[in-house]
Parts: sequence; structure tokens; C-alpha cells
Amino acid sequence: MRAFEYVVADSNATARRLIGEVASARYYAGGTTLVDLMKADVERPARIVDISRLPLTSIELRDDVVRIGALARNSDVAYDEIVASRFPALSEALLSGASGQIRNAATVGGNLLQRTRCSYFRETRWRCNKREPGSGCDALDGFNRGHAILGTSDACIAAYPGDFAVALSALSAQVVVEGAAGERRIAFEDFYLLPGARPQDETALLPGELITAVELHDEPLHRRSHYLKVRDRASYEFALVSVACGVRLDEGGRIDAARLALGGVATIPWRAHVAEAALAGAAPDDAAFGRAASLALNEARPRKYNAFKVELAKRAIVRALRAVCAGTR
Amino acid sequence: MTTSSAAAARTRQPSSLAFRLNGRDVSFSIEPQVTLLDLLRERAGLTGSKKGCDRGQCGACTVLVNGRRTLACLSLAVVHAGDEITTIEGLAAPGVLHPVQAAFIEHDGFQCGFCTAGQIMSAVAVLAEGRAHTDDEIREAMSGNLCRCGAYPNIVAAVRAAGGAG
Repeated sequence: MRAFEYVVADSNATARRLIGEVASARYYAGGTTLVDLMKADVERPARIVDISRLPLTSIELRDDVVRIGALARNSDVAYDEIVASRFPALSEALLSGASGQIRNAATVGGNLLQRTRCSYFRETRWRCNKREPGSGCDALDGFNRGHAILGTSDACIAAYPGDFAVALSALSAQVVVEGAAGERRIAFEDFYLLPGARPQDETALLPGELITAVELHDEPLHRRSHYLKVRDRASYEFALVSVACGVRLDEGGRIDAARLALGGVATIPWRAHVAEAALAGAAPDDAAFGRAASLALNEARPRKYNAFKVELAKRAIVRALRAVCAGTR
Repeated sequence: MTTSSAAAARTRQPSSLAFRLNGRDVSFSIEPQVTLLDLLRERAGLTGSKKGCDRGQCGACTVLVNGRRTLACLSLAVVHAGDEITTIEGLAAPGVLHPVQAAFIEHDGFQCGFCTAGQIMSAVAVLAEGRAHTDDEIREAMSGNLCRCGAYPNIVAAVRAAGGAG
């Protein structure tokens, strides 16, 4: 690991000032992604700003809005009664990610900023436009079994790796950030940037901005939500495909409104609006689920080794919607 | 690179770190890039925590930080000022095995032993968390600890027994 300067922040304002002074500086919360990527020489911060002791850990319910502090640990969020009862998909997503040890260290804010697990990004001998802008992408014609089929570009096909953010996407969360101009809220769909020609730009955060919380609305559709993760191993593995969904059924049992987001298959947490619209007003049956699944994958652009994800994603969508509509998840 | 080069010069150098280690107050002068695992093994002389993958993938370095299981390899030591760290060496009272250690022996929960310290530290925390009761739940809760010898059935049996489920 390269040498760096270590400084501890005792307030949000101090943290932002310390980050702003050094271009390559990184916040340190749980460290689980950062330390790993520093060992791999992918992250090379000249300064680390330790924010782990800042008082941003609370989970509060106020006027139908649940605010989860950015430094709340994944395990604490997953088992929190407010979260588990109102946003089951969120708890399921968190508990399907990483291991017990890592969930004890990883934080809400850090989780949102975790980097892709693309092996060409993580290995400095390969070309990667995300790690070294303009250098090329060896994943395009490489071993791209785990890579994205949605939201890709000629510059990058790296899959967004997380679970938590996929559930947050389906639940229309907001990211609360603090910057030089004060606090602002970023709608979840605006938070992650498609790779396009600049895959190095991953989020809408401005330089120095600090994530302070994530906010979600408590509503019936969110209470009836579910996260399904499909992977090569039963546990402790990233998703090949994941589905976060929520539904609201009307009095006649038809789908009044639906939310659907996909993980493992896209370059960012992938909200499937067209599929959601197709589900609205439909009877909750396999025909409707299948139509929604086809629409969600309509624009998929598979590469040599990941075409299987198209069918896998469709089947996972049907399975997740079946469970959430039947109330059996 | 930085507008505060004096601060940079100061904090890149070894600085003093004090915390509780296995029930004792300890202090080390360390550089910021030292991981908690390297500090434990190379400076504190506690080599029970193993460096398997050093990438957060195997769980052999599992320790308790303020009672919660954590990977020592994915954590910088400097962030742990004032924390209470427990390693495998601090688990048992002198001359008496911790019940989880005894259960691993009783149920033959290891072969080569390299992953065992991490398995036991993780199991101690899993039992304290109190959420894993069935074999499937124990497997899921212990999934962050790999055993390349494949002693999993006996590890599950040991955890189940130590948890009092027989």
C-alpha cells in the first residue's frame, strides 16, 4: 500500500475542508472497499480523512420519512426494526450482501460509493477507462461473464456490484449530501451516472460533498417489497442478477402500482420504469410478470459471455414479482 | 499535492495509537498504512489471526472490535484508537478453553487449522448475535469464513453445539 496522510475529522465541516484540500483524498468510513482497492493499487489517495467517528449513525422516523445516517453500519440498518418493518427489500438486500464481518464495518454512505468488481478495473495490468480514462477497455472482448448488459457504452461495461442501492432505487430513496453550498437532496435516479464516454464519473456528487444520510418514504408499496438475488454461490457472492420490487394491490387484487429495479445486469442500479408502467392495472399473474420482464430487458446488449443474463434476469423478475404479489417472500 | 504539507509530513510518520487489546491497554507507534491485521501479527506478536487472502475474502483474520466481528485485513489500524479488540488469543481464560474452542475440538471442526481462529472468532460473534439457530442459518451466518479443507459439516456441528442446540 502506498503511503498517505491520515487525518481525523471531528465535524462534517472539517471533513469537507480536509477532503477539499487534496484532489485524490478519500473519506474513510468502514474501509472495506477503500483498503481493498488501495492494496490493489487502484485507489491511490494522498490523504485519508477518517469520518468514522462522526455522529451520523442514527435511524429516525419523522412524518413518514425514514432517515438513515450515512455512517450507520449495514448490519445495524438491516436489523433495525424501523427499516425491516417498512422496507423489507432493504433489509433483504443488505443481508444478501458480503459477509457478517463486512456488514459490521461497511456503512450506508460507503456502500453507495463502492466501486465495480470488474476484474479489469481491479487489476492494474489491464486497460480500463474507469481506472485510467482513455486507456481502453479490455472487458469488451475479454472474459465478460459478470458484466453489464444494460446501460453499457463503448467505453465501459462494468456492472454495478451492490445490493443495497438496487433496493434503494426501487424504493425511490433520496441521498442527502452536504457541500459548500449547504445541504441538498439527490433523487436516487440522478445519483449514479451512466458510463457513456466518461466511466470515471460515477455519481452526481460534487467534489468534497459528504453523504450524510439516505431518506425513504414510508408507504404501503414500500412495505410490500422484496429483494431477490441470484448468484453463483449460496452466500457471500456478488449478484449475477438481482431484483428489487414493490407492489401495491387494489381492492380487487390487481396491481395498482409497481416498482422494479435490477442489479448485477447494469452499469448502475437499474430502475425499470417501462416494466413498472406495464404492471400498473394488470392482474398479478405470470403473463403480466413475463411481459414486464421482457420489457425490462428489451434494450439489453449482451457481450460474448454474458448473454445468459438476459433470460436469467427475466426469470428472476417473474419469480420476485410472484413472491411479492403473493405475499410469500 | 497538498496545501498543508506540514500536516502531511507529520501524519505520514508513525504516530501513537492506543487501544484495548485482549483486556489490556496497549500503545503502538505505527504508520497510517498499517492494517489492523499487520499490527496484531507483526507488532503485537499475536499471530493467531491469520493472513489468508488479505483482501477480505476468506475471513481468516476475523477479530472482534467492540464485540463485533470484523475483518482485520480490511481495516487500517489507526482508525481503532480507543477500541476494544479481541483476538483468538484473548478468548479463553488461562487454562480453560472458551466453549466455542472446546466445541471445535469436540466436533473436529478443522483439518489444517489455518482458518480455525477466524472460524472461532466468527462463531463466537454469531452466537452472541443470536440469530442463527438452524444449520442453514449457521451456514449463512458463517459464510464469510472459508475453509479450503472443507470441514464445513463439522464446523456447523461445532457452532450448533456451542450454541446449545445439541
